[in-house]
Amino acid sequence: MTAFNRRDFLKAAAAAGALSLTACATPGSGKPIARVVVIGGGYGGATAAKYLRLWAPEIEVVLVERNPAFVSCPLSNLVLGGSRTIEDLTTGYDALVKRYGVKLVRDTATAVDPDKRQVRLANGDPLAYDRLIVSPGIEFLYDDIPGLAGADAQARVLHAWKAGPQTVALRKQLEAIRDGGVYALHIPKAPYRCPPGPYERAAQVAFYFKQHKPRSKVLILDSNPDITSKKGLFLKAWNERYPGIVEYRPNSELIDVDARTLTAKLVSGDVKADVLNVVPPQRAGDIAKQAGLITANNRWAGIDWLTTESLAVKGIHVLGDATLSAPGMPKSGFMANNHAKIAADAVIALLTGRAVNPSPIIANTCYSFVSDTDVVHVASVHKYDAEKKTLVAVQGAGGLSSAANELEGKYAHAWAKNIWADALL
Amino acid sequence: MTRTNRTLTAALLGAAVLGAGAAHGAEDPQVRVWAAACATCHGTHGASAGGVPTIAGEPGDKLYKLLQEFKDGSRPATVMHQHAKGYTDEELQRLAAYFSRQRP
Repeated sequence: MTAFNRRDFLKAAAAAGALSLTACATPGSGKPIARVVVIGGGYGGATAAKYLRLWAPEIEVVLVERNPAFVSCPLSNLVLGGSRTIEDLTTGYDALVKRYGVKLVRDTATAVDPDKRQVRLANGDPLAYDRLIVSPGIEFLYDDIPGLAGADAQARVLHAWKAGPQTVALRKQLEAIRDGGVYALHIPKAPYRCPPGPYERAAQVAFYFKQHKPRSKVLILDSNPDITSKKGLFLKAWNERYPGIVEYRPNSELIDVDARTLTAKLVSGDVKADVLNVVPPQRAGDIAKQAGLITANNRWAGIDWLTTESLAVKGIHVLGDATLSAPGMPKSGFMANNHAKIAADAVIALLTGRAVNPSPIIANTCYSFVSDTDVVHVASVHKYDAEKKTLVAVQGAGGLSSAANELEGKYAHAWAKNIWADALL
Repeated sequence: MTRTNRTLTAALLGAAVLGAGAAHGAEDPQVRVWAAACATCHGTHGASAGGVPTIAGEPGDKLYKLLQEFKDGSRPATVMHQHAKGYTDEELQRLAAYFSRQRP
């Protein structure tokens, strides 16, 4: 049955009102009623694939992912600090396949044809879909930094803002520098993936320096006029735990980078470092751009927060960091996992003729490690506002830790274990 | 009939209506997707993978009382007081009833 025929069948069945889906919905057997393709197996895509199968085993789910395993960005700064390895943050996709019957296609989605409802792949045959979920994460805007145009420059000046080989490579650079050396971290203007992440990274590198290279410096070059997340908590951690190591410089807008000399060319002048770590400005991942899903500032995909359906292309849902964030919503793995649940529920509703939930409620907690054990959090609850037609942060809910503490360090690790299981196991 | 039981009944009635066109009519899809936000820390269906309390299968009235205490600040917490404040009493009741019906 082609995608087109399946759609027509569903439409006709829904119109007749006589379709008992339960009757033909024995898990693991019978013909699927529809096929959903999910592009990207990160926090958003993996969760969407699992929850679709959990809630609607009568729907076939195909997950397209180019990497052999999931590597978590949250906690990856601990690899730089030395208290975790990249293996600790890695989870395979086997359980999604074996336990939930997700069909995994190890490939790269290169194009979407929304008229034919097809996803084209770098290697395999095109995949037909009834609904498509795009969860591509971010792509870096190197165009804004001419000195980082080539692969050699990018291998010398790392971003380490996608967990994996870059994280390990940055740790090696930190291990190689002399005591008394300077690690400079450049932060792009908001919005970017993981608002508190750069400040946590500064603390983690300082944690490593304090033990092994106490004369070294962590220089934070922030394009923003101020610390964008957990300001008081990070300032306190840097000042009390790493005095003389961490220095924060706001309004450090980047003009260019000299990768050979490891120099950040800032509006305020040049800064030379021993390890230069530039987190470039970001946009939605390539497939979102190719599929015409970008609606805001040439960077982000606007969506209907009731369904996560694209505002630009019908039948395609977008999740996670690639979306134009709703007000007060951070680009976080937690949020992507929560977007995925709205998406799974809405996709099932749309494919089965059920009404879409008119009042989604989702939440966020971001933990940041200021040492190997101590953690600070920021939390928020997001509810759909029918008048504003978007999710809004609930006033009076959410908030910050009162101070960094070890109990939340334990909860942060427990959170990671649970969200990885919730998405992948 | 306790408050929780009334809510449970209401939720089930709601499920019967909302779930009429759904594959799994037994569960109200609205509370199911709300509860899925809790699963990010407490585990899928509220069954924890470790380190955060399992809430699946706990008595609904107990869960609702805990959530109320988090919400009004009478129970100390690291983060739950901040989350509980984001929900109405009715939403918390339905969530508590939902998790009481899940297998730990």
